[in-house]
Amino acid sequence: MGRRDEWLDLPADLTDDGVDRRDFVKVCMLAAAALGLPAATGVKWAEAAESGLKPSVIWLHFQECTGCTESLLRTSHPGLGTLILDMISLDYHETLFAAAGHQIEKCLHDAVEAGGYICVVEGAIPTKEDGIYCQIAGRTAIDILQDVGGKAAAVIAIGSCASWGGIPSADPNPTGAVGAQEILPDKTVINLPGCPSNPYNFLGVVLQFATMGTLPALDDEGRPLFAYGRTIHEHCPRRAHFDAGRFARQFGDEGHNLGYCLFAMGCKGPETYANCSTLHFNEVPDAWPIGIGAPCFGCTTKGVGFTKPLFQEAALPPNYVPPIHPSDQRGPITPGWAGVVGLATGAAVGGALMASKKLGEGETEGS
Amino acid sequence: MASHSHAQPVGGPLNKKFVTFMVIFLGIWAAVLVYRFIFGIGVVSGLTDYYPWGVWIAFDVVTGTALACGGYAVAILCYILNKGKYHPLVRPALLTSALGYSMAGLAIVIDVGRWWGVWRIPFGGFPDMGKYNWDSALLEVALCVMAYVGVLWIELGPAFLEKWEATSKNSALVGFAKAGLKFYDKALIWIIALGVLLPTMHQSSLGTLMMLAGQKLNGLWYTPWLPLLYLISCVGMGYAVVVWESSLSASLFKRSRETSMLISLSGVMVVILSLYLVLRLGDLVISGKVPLMFSGWLSIVFWAEIGLFAVPLLMLANKQRRSHFPVILKASILIMLAGAFYRFNTYITAYRPAEGQTYFPSFLEIFITFGVIALEVSMYYFIVKRYPILGGAAAEKSAA
Amino acid sequence: MSMDRRTLLKGLAVAGAGAVAPVEASEKYAEAPEDAVGMLYDATRCIGCQACVTACKTANNLPGNRYNPPEDLSGDTKNIIRLYEDADESSYMKSQCMQCIDPGCANACMIGAFKKREYGIITWDPDRCIGCRYCQVACPYNIPKFQWDTGVPLIVKCELCNHIIHDPDTGTLREGALPGCCQACPKEAVIFGKYTDLIEDAKQRIAERPENYWGPDGEPKIFGLTDGGGTQVLYLADLNFEKLGLPTLGDEGTAKQAREIQHGIYRGFIAPVALYGVLGLVMWRNNRAAKKEEG
Repeated sequence: MGRRDEWLDLPADLTDDGVDRRDFVKVCMLAAAALGLPAATGVKWAEAAESGLKPSVIWLHFQECTGCTESLLRTSHPGLGTLILDMISLDYHETLFAAAGHQIEKCLHDAVEAGGYICVVEGAIPTKEDGIYCQIAGRTAIDILQDVGGKAAAVIAIGSCASWGGIPSADPNPTGAVGAQEILPDKTVINLPGCPSNPYNFLGVVLQFATMGTLPALDDEGRPLFAYGRTIHEHCPRRAHFDAGRFARQFGDEGHNLGYCLFAMGCKGPETYANCSTLHFNEVPDAWPIGIGAPCFGCTTKGVGFTKPLFQEAALPPNYVPPIHPSDQRGPITPGWAGVVGLATGAAVGGALMASKKLGEGETEGS
Repeated sequence: MASHSHAQPVGGPLNKKFVTFMVIFLGIWAAVLVYRFIFGIGVVSGLTDYYPWGVWIAFDVVTGTALACGGYAVAILCYILNKGKYHPLVRPALLTSALGYSMAGLAIVIDVGRWWGVWRIPFGGFPDMGKYNWDSALLEVALCVMAYVGVLWIELGPAFLEKWEATSKNSALVGFAKAGLKFYDKALIWIIALGVLLPTMHQSSLGTLMMLAGQKLNGLWYTPWLPLLYLISCVGMGYAVVVWESSLSASLFKRSRETSMLISLSGVMVVILSLYLVLRLGDLVISGKVPLMFSGWLSIVFWAEIGLFAVPLLMLANKQRRSHFPVILKASILIMLAGAFYRFNTYITAYRPAEGQTYFPSFLEIFITFGVIALEVSMYYFIVKRYPILGGAAAEKSAA
Repeated sequence: MSMDRRTLLKGLAVAGAGAVAPVEASEKYAEAPEDAVGMLYDATRCIGCQACVTACKTANNLPGNRYNPPEDLSGDTKNIIRLYEDADESSYMKSQCMQCIDPGCANACMIGAFKKREYGIITWDPDRCIGCRYCQVACPYNIPKFQWDTGVPLIVKCELCNHIIHDPDTGTLREGALPGCCQACPKEAVIFGKYTDLIEDAKQRIAERPENYWGPDGEPKIFGLTDGGGTQVLYLADLNFEKLGLPTLGDEGTAKQAREIQHGIYRGFIAPVALYGVLGLVMWRNNRAAKKEEG
């Protein structure tokens, strides 16, 4: 038996010889907790894994840096090894497979034939000149995605490149790079943008589908609400500084050293939808851009990341700053009350005019 | 100076119903005022930072004092232009004026936010005294109004002194009254002169006040002639009030009404209304503001205002028509309405400080205004009952 | 014409002369004082962070916070940032007292509660104010605000943090002291300084990057240089100032015109005294004539 992790009370390394069932269930439950799913889900995962019903995953790489795969390596609940060996059946992955050439293409072909798989897309798809700028085994990325993605039970686009184009799509976008959804307009693509995407968001989606067969609620850009429903700004630990007007003005100045808000340095937090501020990276607390003093550059959000200059100030959300002309201070004039006053005045004047007649009549001369 | 010693107290018991109603009404009103002084102006009014001046200023102060210019108007006629026949109108007009101005003063105390410092104005500050801002038209209005209130009550002095001299049991008071009346014989001219000078100054300055609003005041109302327009319209309103006041008092207290006097008074109103319209319209034409007269909903308000001045002018222009007394009464109402409308427009309706901001008085705001009026009416009633204000022999009871 | 009327008309002519005599325009506030200080707000540098709003509240001990940002200046807000946005352009806008060179509020205040004091800063004296709110009517920018919901209301307006920057004992500005907003601004969108220096600074910015700044007829404009008689708080922006809520004013303030009328009529108190004399004289003659008739 290997070392045990003191805090988690688990084998320190799950790839050691044999993991007993109790520990495995614990792992699954921890994973569920990390993903915000009920503990019972973890038990279900363990059962599914045991019964051998592991969902098939085909992972496609296109115009990417492999950062999202790398980021998946930095997880431990579950670790990548546990994930791909015990919980899912990874049937095609260019980075992690030892096979190459015809061998790996056969794996892809067999997995697609078998059907019922989750297709994960990493990287953008070039579209200019019929997509010749990314070809694997003689097929363009467009063809591959339309084939493999079209027959998938679910399509997940991991990373900003696959979600909306990412870095390859930055101005002037010479290859016409686009996200997976554009290539598969008739399929629901779950987008998990980020550069890299936070691996726990991916794990949550995959394991939810694998266990319960459902997908999380998505926003109108196909992003799971549980991860992309709020902006960085809404959950930022430096928010109090923003609200109090304490800003770092330059790297290394007093404000920067004191951990003040980075908005004045171009932090795109207010217009970036992501959960980096609560989830962090590498399982190290505060290991995320703002946490280490670098302004967020909006990597998840199309139109912000790789588009707006790093140090240009973010647009604030609507209604953050009041409009030039304030609303009517006492509210608009209520027609009812105005009517009452108008009528009363009219009646008074009318009455006086009528009284004139009476008052004016029949009187005598004075002294 | 022709005497007007025909003035008599109305006498008789106070009307129970009237007194009861007033006590209750003014009691509630006093409670509302306490609420206002404790909790501030916001809870009892619709005033805002964009409309800091509302009904209390536009009506109680600006219009109210203009309506209270009956004394001013009659004094000019009677003492300056020497139309002695108007004498019986003087005291009642003075009483209306004195009460009107006093109520305007009360309205000011209700309206201003830091009212406890109002007494410092005549001193130019306290303890840091003598620092007046002579640039401010409002200072002139404040000092003039304060002085004028005093002058009005002093002008009314003879009414009180006559009563005390005639009926007081206290010999010291009688002696004081006798001495006082002697003083008045000599000095009244100079007091009355003040009583004509002061309203001339502040009624015009009430117009000058809105000059500072500049662009915030619509071009149809904003003009350097504001002071003169206010002065002219105030004189017209003063006469209109005198017409009504004397008719009402004659009717209520069974006095004879000075009909022929009032008819000739209405002839004066024709001149005044003409002056006003010529100046108002002429100024607008000369400053090239004619296009404004036909654009926007304020132009409708403008024409209504002009109409309110023009209609009574037409009604009274014909000598035949104005000898029919009900016509004079109706025209007077329209003149008062015209002057009031003009003032409301200058201070509120045509004052547009910012986009999207409006003002309308709240219920309590109007209630407080009514209370001020009720207080004035009550005091008028009490005073004419007790003191020799109203002239004319005790009624030749007509068929009325 | 009877004698009294002739006398009256003569007298009125004399009094009238006092009113229509050539009026020399009051030159009291033609220029800013020599040591005037002010602020320069460059809307092109403002990022809408509203640090200045919070800083102002702290510096002036005012309640309120960033969670419920004020929609407008008010009885507890002396400084505010607002946003203009349309399909093509947008800009932030800072609003606070403009510290006019010829202030309407100081002109209006009959008791001198609002006064233009040292360094041209307009401050409010609670010991003199009676709360008449004429200053609110007089300000072309609608800046002074009133506390409507208390029985002891104050008039509230930015005073350039006079209590921070100005040492009452020596009467001079404290070295290095800044108004709260200028201290807090991370982009130096609003800066404090000597008025003449700020004008130079603004002109320099325009010279260096004229395409950044808006002006009528294409010539970049510094708002406040002459508007309404000039203000000690200057504005630069890249779109029409009217869109930012600033009024389009001529080169003369309303205060000047109002002063001309008031002083024109009442200069040296000649006209009132003359009129008084005439009135008294007329009545005295009427009286004498009446007594003669009787007697």
